[in-house]
Amino acid sequence: MHGYFLYEGVECLVETVALCNVRVTTKIERIEYMNEKEAPLLEMRHISKDFFGNQVLSDVNFTLKRGEILGLVGENGAGKSTLMKILFGMDEIHQTGGYGGDILLNGEKVAFATSIEALAAGIGMVHQEFSLLPDFSATENILLNREPLKYTVFSELFGERLNILDREKMTEISEKAIKRLAVPLDPEMLVSQMPVGHKQFTEIARELSKEGTGLVEGIKLLVLDEPTAVLSEQEADSLLKAMRLLAETGIAIIFISHRLQEIIDVCDTIMVMRDGKIMKTGPSKGVAIPDIAKWMVGREVNTSAIVHRVFDYENKDIILALRNLWVDMPGEVVRNVNLDVYKGEIIGIGGMAGQGKLGIPNGAMGLFPAGGHVTFEGKDIPLNSPRNFLDAGMAFVSEDRRGVGLLLDETLEWNVSFTAMQIQEKYLKQYLGGFFKWRDQKAIEEETNGYVKQLEIRCTSTKQKAKELSGGNQQKICLAKAFAVAPKLLFVSEPTRGIDIGAKSLVLKALRKYNEEQGTTIVMISSELEELRAICDRIAIVSDGKVLGILPATTDSAEFGLLMVGQKSEMIDGGSV
Amino acid sequence: MNTQNMISSVKSTLKSFGLPRIIIGLFLLLLFILAPFVGVNIGTSLSDTLNRFGMNAVMVLAMVPMIHSGCGLNFGLPLGIIAGLLGGTLSMQFNFTGPSSFMMAILFATPFAVILGWGYGQLLNKVKGGEMMIATYVGFSSVAFMCIMWLLLPYSNPTMVWGYSGSGLRTTISTEGYYLHVLNDFFSIRLTEHLTIPTGMFLFFAVLALIIWAFLHTKTGTAMTAVGSNPVFARASGINVDKIRTLSVVMSTWLGAIGILVYQQSFGFIQLYMGPFYMALPAVSAILIGGASVNKATITNVIVGTFLFQGILTMTPSVMNSMIHTDMSEVIRIVVSNGMILYALTRRTEATR
Repeated sequence: MHGYFLYEGVECLVETVALCNVRVTTKIERIEYMNEKEAPLLEMRHISKDFFGNQVLSDVNFTLKRGEILGLVGENGAGKSTLMKILFGMDEIHQTGGYGGDILLNGEKVAFATSIEALAAGIGMVHQEFSLLPDFSATENILLNREPLKYTVFSELFGERLNILDREKMTEISEKAIKRLAVPLDPEMLVSQMPVGHKQFTEIARELSKEGTGLVEGIKLLVLDEPTAVLSEQEADSLLKAMRLLAETGIAIIFISHRLQEIIDVCDTIMVMRDGKIMKTGPSKGVAIPDIAKWMVGREVNTSAIVHRVFDYENKDIILALRNLWVDMPGEVVRNVNLDVYKGEIIGIGGMAGQGKLGIPNGAMGLFPAGGHVTFEGKDIPLNSPRNFLDAGMAFVSEDRRGVGLLLDETLEWNVSFTAMQIQEKYLKQYLGGFFKWRDQKAIEEETNGYVKQLEIRCTSTKQKAKELSGGNQQKICLAKAFAVAPKLLFVSEPTRGIDIGAKSLVLKALRKYNEEQGTTIVMISSELEELRAICDRIAIVSDGKVLGILPATTDSAEFGLLMVGQKSEMIDGGSV
Repeated sequence: MNTQNMISSVKSTLKSFGLPRIIIGLFLLLLFILAPFVGVNIGTSLSDTLNRFGMNAVMVLAMVPMIHSGCGLNFGLPLGIIAGLLGGTLSMQFNFTGPSSFMMAILFATPFAVILGWGYGQLLNKVKGGEMMIATYVGFSSVAFMCIMWLLLPYSNPTMVWGYSGSGLRTTISTEGYYLHVLNDFFSIRLTEHLTIPTGMFLFFAVLALIIWAFLHTKTGTAMTAVGSNPVFARASGINVDKIRTLSVVMSTWLGAIGILVYQQSFGFIQLYMGPFYMALPAVSAILIGGASVNKATITNVIVGTFLFQGILTMTPSVMNSMIHTDMSEVIRIVVSNGMILYALTRRTEATR
């Protein structure tokens, strides 16, 4: 179950954390290694990759010189990890049809069939998650399965499997690797007893030690995937220093991080990716965090057709009032939310991932344990029961399309009609005084066809199974399901997550249109501020399970950014607009 | 190009029918072709096959509601069978005879099926995700418990109790004079000397199948299918998932009870004690061979599956026996039935029609 609630793809907001994460890092003057005439260590040319028609990388070009530290930043889903997987020749890439473009290492074209080949060529990678044996010492972990061996009498008799470990040599190799990092890491310490930073160092030392054991002639390139995410500031600082030391010895480093200050501090070059393309590559000198954030997040949501409107709040009733709402949703805990929603408006709820914005609709609906008061049209709605929520005339389009939103194995007709059928007895023919409620296939078909046309859902027929549709079309089915209930108030959670830009604007337009034509109040929860600003009338920012403030959607996005990181300006008047 | 189109359309037809079903179907056909050559009377074979189909079909049908609600295959079928046994023995105890004894057996079995099914449903709601494993043990343990009860319950009809002690039920009780062949003989059609169609039994099954089919088209039936397809979705649509699941388990248990009564009226005996122990597996295999998956099953799956499974089970021993001229029918029956179960469990490709 947990998998449902770990939100990825919303990290553009996480990354803005870096804005406030002012780190004290002394910028070490670096020895310029860049000999212009030398062939670049790594060059990636016109790299492209699609997953079954879904373009995730297109025309990616960059070069990396010896001793250069390249900072790679971008939202989740921007293509960073796919790019690294291509570099490493991971199975996943081969199984999904390979990639386009060339990789050149030292000027020679290479194509790694397995990650072992990539390792042999001198590329090391440190993953975000640790892969260490907790009850083994640092040395044992560093040299796991590559231990230097000693022959004994028994190995003469029974073969090499009875060789014993050469402990002295092991310690020597691991000490050498640790020394290169210049960190106080005890080679004999058990991993389970280490602070988290030392685990990270152990991982890096393992990559470095590979050149000492004959497997590799020398580590040339190190990829560090968010190594500082789990570290405290001091630990991160010593890691950054270690990185500089390594770079000085000529090792090139690709450094992936969401902490932008680190990137600026430690990297020579910064490369910003967005939607599978490189938006910007340039030296880190003189770059400020807001610049990077802008390149990274400034997604062009096609909102040209959606015009800002001025919503008249005069004489509007409060349709929904949340009072002291708490929701126990793993990863999205809501602590104390007070919010008034006015009839007919589109209100956005934004905020960083994990701060509780998703918990609000999930808790109000009753999908997760919740408490407090939800008053809809003046009536108190008992919590923890989806039925009460739906009966009151509200509907919810879940952010978890596949888990909550759809019957993947059933037809589109079923998906669209089910909730309305069960809650409002629509599409049913009643016999024997309502004792026998027969499914009205014709009515279901007509309704579904209507939505297919209205929302431009691409499908072969309404009999198609929901799992066969693309993400965008699935999202439209979810909307159709909610529209079929004809709700007075609609909660829409992350309506554009994981769908392409074209579908995004369609979904947003459909929401706005529905709001204008049917007068349905919409509460839209999204991690993408630009999207909220495009269609909402006002936006509430949630942080740490509470509403920090509500601003009109026309407010400058910088103002929202400040609000998200907890800095209120005078403009915020906490609720009423 | 044209041939290619044809090949691909043939391929898709085959695929939609499901390869395992085709293989088993062809094997059954082969047996029927072989039969006359080895001296097996085709009329008798066909008659046997039809009879066995009718006897087992309702118990296979008992799989459907639980599969639809996502409770998996009803390995706890013995529980329903026990309700049926209680109904049957009570009807005999109160000396109902002829067709009325069958009606009364159903009536007596119903409250037991509902109560046992409800409890069984509550249990399954507590073990979501592991239903089939738990169901198996519910079946086994209920059989063991009833082994004690059959001895202790105060039955007194002399046709049912042990002759020497005068108390405790016998292991097998004849239904003769009670409900033996009440369905089989209802409008039965005698085509040849060896071939009789048990019309009544088929009609009875058809009525039950129709009821289930119709139920699945109602509001509650739709909810049941949705619960099986995605319980979280169903919950988010205001469905009380546990209630629907319990309902499905009660339905399955009741059908199991009716199923065993139909079986007994044709077979002629009530088998107590360890009788219900292995009844679940053939029914489970039949519906799997019929093309059902763990969470999708249709009435067609029931009919096709029961026919194929029981057909092979009837035909293989008789044909093989005649071919090798020794009486190995029991051995072959066990090998074939268990082989089919294994085959069904390993190859559960869902058929799309």
